[in-house]
Amino acid sequence: MFLNQFLLLAAVLFCIGVYGVLVRKNGVLVLMSIELILNAVNINLVAFSAFNQNIDGQVFALFIIAVAAAEVGVGLAIVLLIYRNRRSIDVAEANLLKG
Amino acid sequence: MSTSFLLAQVNDAASAPFERPDINWHAVAPELVLLAWGAFVTIVDLIGLERTRRFIPSLTGIGFLLAMIPILTLWDAHAGDATGLAAVGDTFIVDRYALVLKGLFLISAYVIVLLSTNYMAEGDYYDSEYYQLIAASVLGMLVMASARDFITLFIALELVSIPAYLMAAWRKRDLKSNEAGLKYMLMGVFASAILLYGMSLLYGVTGGRTDFAGVAEGLADQGTTPVITMGVLFTIIGFAFKVSAVPFHTWAPDTYEGAPTPLTAFLAVASKTAGFVGLISLIVFGIGVQGAIVRPFLWILAALTMTIGNLIAMRQTNIVRMLAYSGIAQAGYMLAPLAVINQGSDPALVRESIVNYLVIYAAMNLGAFAVVIVAARKTRSGEIESFGGMFRYAPGLTALMTVFLFSLTGIPPMGGWLAKFQIFKALIEAGTTAGIALALIAAVNSVIAAFYYLSVAKNMWFMPAPDGDNSPIVIPPALVAALAITVIVTMVTGVTGIAPDLTDFGALAAN
Repeated sequence: MFLNQFLLLAAVLFCIGVYGVLVRKNGVLVLMSIELILNAVNINLVAFSAFNQNIDGQVFALFIIAVAAAEVGVGLAIVLLIYRNRRSIDVAEANLLKG
Repeated sequence: MSTSFLLAQVNDAASAPFERPDINWHAVAPELVLLAWGAFVTIVDLIGLERTRRFIPSLTGIGFLLAMIPILTLWDAHAGDATGLAAVGDTFIVDRYALVLKGLFLISAYVIVLLSTNYMAEGDYYDSEYYQLIAASVLGMLVMASARDFITLFIALELVSIPAYLMAAWRKRDLKSNEAGLKYMLMGVFASAILLYGMSLLYGVTGGRTDFAGVAEGLADQGTTPVITMGVLFTIIGFAFKVSAVPFHTWAPDTYEGAPTPLTAFLAVASKTAGFVGLISLIVFGIGVQGAIVRPFLWILAALTMTIGNLIAMRQTNIVRMLAYSGIAQAGYMLAPLAVINQGSDPALVRESIVNYLVIYAAMNLGAFAVVIVAARKTRSGEIESFGGMFRYAPGLTALMTVFLFSLTGIPPMGGWLAKFQIFKALIEAGTTAGIALALIAAVNSVIAAFYYLSVAKNMWFMPAPDGDNSPIVIPPALVAALAITVIVTMVTGVTGIAPDLTDFGALAAN
């Protein structure tokens, strides 16, 4: 059974996604990196689903795809709002509020 | 092998018609009422436009109170029912634990609508969509309280969060509000992605179970492997962002300051409570069986959260930021009992102490936010110094704020004392060195917290008004109602020691 290959692919995608979220300054690219993590999750779920002979994982993956679309819809709306007001989508430039 | 399995699934589906699982309509009535009423309010707004606009806040508030009715009937119908009602399979359970929290969410949401009414109508951004989004977010919270399954929990979490991202960025042309929304959204989406990765690992190692009981079963008969460790840690980290635990708290102060103040109250109380509910259910019913991983990690999170939250709160000059950091510290106290889960003390006691803390925290923190919103109507400032002289021109308000601040500090007879007492009790009854050490850290932190809470009270009672303006504050009726509800809950819980009866609080699957 080829389970490990899928899990490794997902782990690599997850790491690329986390790296992207932490390093990228462009708002849209951060959102794309988050999509990478979500796709890693979907690969994991579908691989485990086939391995365990259990359909729940695929149902879960479908839910994640649908919710991710909603998240990105809201996310792009907020990035667009920032662009309208600042003419830039650089996340690092959003520093009016200091943690 | 996997292909044939999928084909078999498809063939099964083709030969056997889809059967709807049994749904207990009474058990899902609170959610259905809120859903129907939210749709009704949206339609009224779409048809009525400007003519109905000023009724939308009251209509939304009525919806929250209507949804309380099925909660009360369910409470009566299931007194002494130990297992709770399975509403949709075993993914959605209605027991007293869920009902207490659903009631808490609805009442908090009602108070937040009261806080928002004047604030939103007097600002430049009055839009009735704000109230519809609150209703959507509260619907997610109601589902969260009952979720006993990864998929349900995830959907509930997103339903809570996505409307909140939009509301944080509500003041469209205000750069600070935009930034608040952006930071909250990016951190929130990132956190849920991490949470999902953890869930996918747990789904795999437990042999394909997504319900908490199944996960607990699957994890109990395995040792601690690296994959299980990663799965458990990632799921906890996902929720740690939501409840703003240190070091995953960085979004909270910025978002709280930039967002409209009533929405800040919503995030600091309702949204944080929802995160806690998800975390409690997940740990108590599911991953808590892997105590060797869960306990040390939560111990560190709790100790860091209360200490760092308090130390930074001391340095704040803006009242909203101070409340944000104090809320982070309070989250640390609430995390503490989870650090002794399944160890000496009864898991029911752990859950009971956190739920009681959540109820009292909601009342006292919403009360403090209500006073801040009332005061800002006159002073137009969020600085702590601007509270000076309030005893001269608003003695009643000063007394109320003192009650809330004393309660947050944990001084008897206000409710906060009872909440803290139960946390200490749960920690000490565990009887371990780690539990007692954490109780000591919490005690030291309570003293540190007294410093900055009481300095606000000192400003109000003894300092002169910074601008010398001693004209009285006019408090609109909606805010009077909000202050009344919160102060009554804060005082009654503290004086009488009444806490929800949690002895038959639903079965504990992990045990």
